[in-house]
Amino acid sequence: MAIRTEEVQINMGPQHPSTHGVLRMILTIDGETVVDARPDIGFLHRGIEKLAEKRTYHQFVGLTDRLDYLSAMLGNAVYAMAVEKVASIEVPARAEYIRVIMMELNRISSHLVFVGAFGLDLGATTPFLYTFREREDIMDIFEAVCGARLTYSYIRPGGVARDMSTGLDQMIRAFLKKMPQRLQEIDELLTGNQIFLIRSRGIGVISAEDAVSYALSGPGLRGSGVALDVRKDDPYSVYPDLDFNVCTEDTCDCLGRYLVRTGEIRESLKIVEQALDALPEGEFTAKVPKVLKPPAGEAYARVESSRGDLGVYLISDGSASPYRLHWRGPSFINLAAVGQMVKGLKIADTVAVLGSLDIVLGEVDR
Amino acid sequence: MQITLTGIIRLVFERLHIPANWVAPTVMLVASVIVLFFILFVVLYLIYGLRKIMGWIQARIGPNRVGPYGLAQTIADALKLLAKEDIMPAMADKWPFIIAPIIVFVPAYMVYLVIPFGKGGSWVAQDLSIGVLYISAILSIPIIGIITAGWASNNKWSLLGSFRAAAQLVSYEVPLALAMIPPVMLAGSMSLQGIVHAQQGVWFGIFPKWFLATQILGFAIYMMAALAESNLIPFDIMEAESELVAGFNTEYSGMKFALFFLAEFAGMFTVSAIAATLFLGGWLPIHPALSFIPPVFWFLGKTLVLIFVLMWIRSTLPRVRVDQLMSFGWKVLIPLALLNIVWTGAVVLFFPR
Repeated sequence: MAIRTEEVQINMGPQHPSTHGVLRMILTIDGETVVDARPDIGFLHRGIEKLAEKRTYHQFVGLTDRLDYLSAMLGNAVYAMAVEKVASIEVPARAEYIRVIMMELNRISSHLVFVGAFGLDLGATTPFLYTFREREDIMDIFEAVCGARLTYSYIRPGGVARDMSTGLDQMIRAFLKKMPQRLQEIDELLTGNQIFLIRSRGIGVISAEDAVSYALSGPGLRGSGVALDVRKDDPYSVYPDLDFNVCTEDTCDCLGRYLVRTGEIRESLKIVEQALDALPEGEFTAKVPKVLKPPAGEAYARVESSRGDLGVYLISDGSASPYRLHWRGPSFINLAAVGQMVKGLKIADTVAVLGSLDIVLGEVDR
Repeated sequence: MQITLTGIIRLVFERLHIPANWVAPTVMLVASVIVLFFILFVVLYLIYGLRKIMGWIQARIGPNRVGPYGLAQTIADALKLLAKEDIMPAMADKWPFIIAPIIVFVPAYMVYLVIPFGKGGSWVAQDLSIGVLYISAILSIPIIGIITAGWASNNKWSLLGSFRAAAQLVSYEVPLALAMIPPVMLAGSMSLQGIVHAQQGVWFGIFPKWFLATQILGFAIYMMAALAESNLIPFDIMEAESELVAGFNTEYSGMKFALFFLAEFAGMFTVSAIAATLFLGGWLPIHPALSFIPPVFWFLGKTLVLIFVLMWIRSTLPRVRVDQLMSFGWKVLIPLALLNIVWTGAVVLFFPR
């Protein structure tokens, strides 16, 4: 009797431990090998772009936290920048520096979650706990500065919600001081681990050309050797005054994307330190009316978020709420490449590839 | 006179005027009940131990709410599992679904019958003359249960898990059995008590004559295969949480799930106990001068150290991929284990006892 084998369709998610939220991957598998993978999204759709049209400019700030909830500061910032552009608001220098400090701290915390979750995807449980312990320090800093630990609404049109308190400077410096050693610990546990290397090296390869044609951005693109970083290529805030490198890796695989992120954690530490040293005195916010009615017009603002090129396109018709707001979520665009990246790999690699793209479903589905 | 289980039961039966030919079956029954309770106790505290050890390693506290130091936590968990509703998926294959956890648990229990916890016949339920063969035979039964579980669940993830389990367990059975042969060659006996007795004595007055001395490679192979057999990270691909949700036991709940869990942790104790017996001298003390400590403590101590090592590895390493696991087993472990047998042959030939 001949053995008949056939391909099987299997649903990975929306309830699955490793889809990082409510993502459904429709896998076609041949035994353990993935023949085809199709992401099915929309389970977390809340219509946030539409909600913006029914809210005043200030009311919408709270919703910008809820897109990429692991780097809410960056979501706040890009929205604030778009509003400032369309309403021609001048942001005080001190506010710009505080913003940079908070954005970079948020980038560190988001990348720490990535490192932990990526380890967890590969089966290493301990790094997750370690990175969350480190992240806790950043959460404490954020809690001290704005009272919230996840949804900050701290960076607002015109500046920031509150000035940095006096003790905060020391708190951040203490964090900066102990972080390199903690990163060393994670490197020893994960980066140098032989099993980690065989699981991530050469997995989920995407060439630089393909990465560009898929419009990947952020660590996903830089892991394929393309040094594109909005902070350098389309500078905003005070980044031109700060000295930092753009991390790239030429390996084009999961390991490359991982190394880019761990490198970025170190660069962000450098940026935060410089920004702290250069922090000027002055106002922490510009005078912005309670009901903001920017003149009719449109603006596009972009920042380099933890996940890539995060953009906001804002159209104002002169009323108190946006006429249209579009959110260019890097997670959404990066996710499109996953189908090509996992073809021919094993099921276990699918998890690794998905983890290495570091998507946040809040931003994918909006 | 030493107090033995047989002696006590014979005495009781004489008083109660029960025929003497009932003594032997009763002894077996009582012994197996004692072993069963021992397993339950061991498993409960291995789970507690795993959670505590992982807590230490992962910079957190671990269970500390129920009872002093959280000691009653796993008891509470076990009671919760017993009280839980036993859900069976509508499309599941009823009888295989029910039988599978039993097939997995019973062999894990049966292995304990030959493990020598201490010196003499009263510390082992049944000292079979083919002990090692019995162990390797029994340890291969749970695979059937796992495949049955995955198939009967009628869930693709479960099925994938049980396919992986079949591939992994069958492959790692081979190095495990091959690593168990050298101690048999060195001792010239398959009985576990016989193997322990063969490791008596010291070299140069200090070094214990454990088989580990010539079997470092064999011990390493055994421990790696044991990690795979007891389904621990880095070889836990059959229930790989981040990949397969929970593998073959995805659909199981309540007591049936508890049986899988029980078998898994009982297996962890078993493989460590066998390693301690085969390579670390079982219940023998490190040095005869320390023989005032009862043998059973030596045995449990060695076993617990090995379990700690397994848990330590489990909480440190990432997981390998299924094809990497297979190629490691077949291309590295098995050739090394065969080489180790050849080496042991040379040892037996040139350095006879």
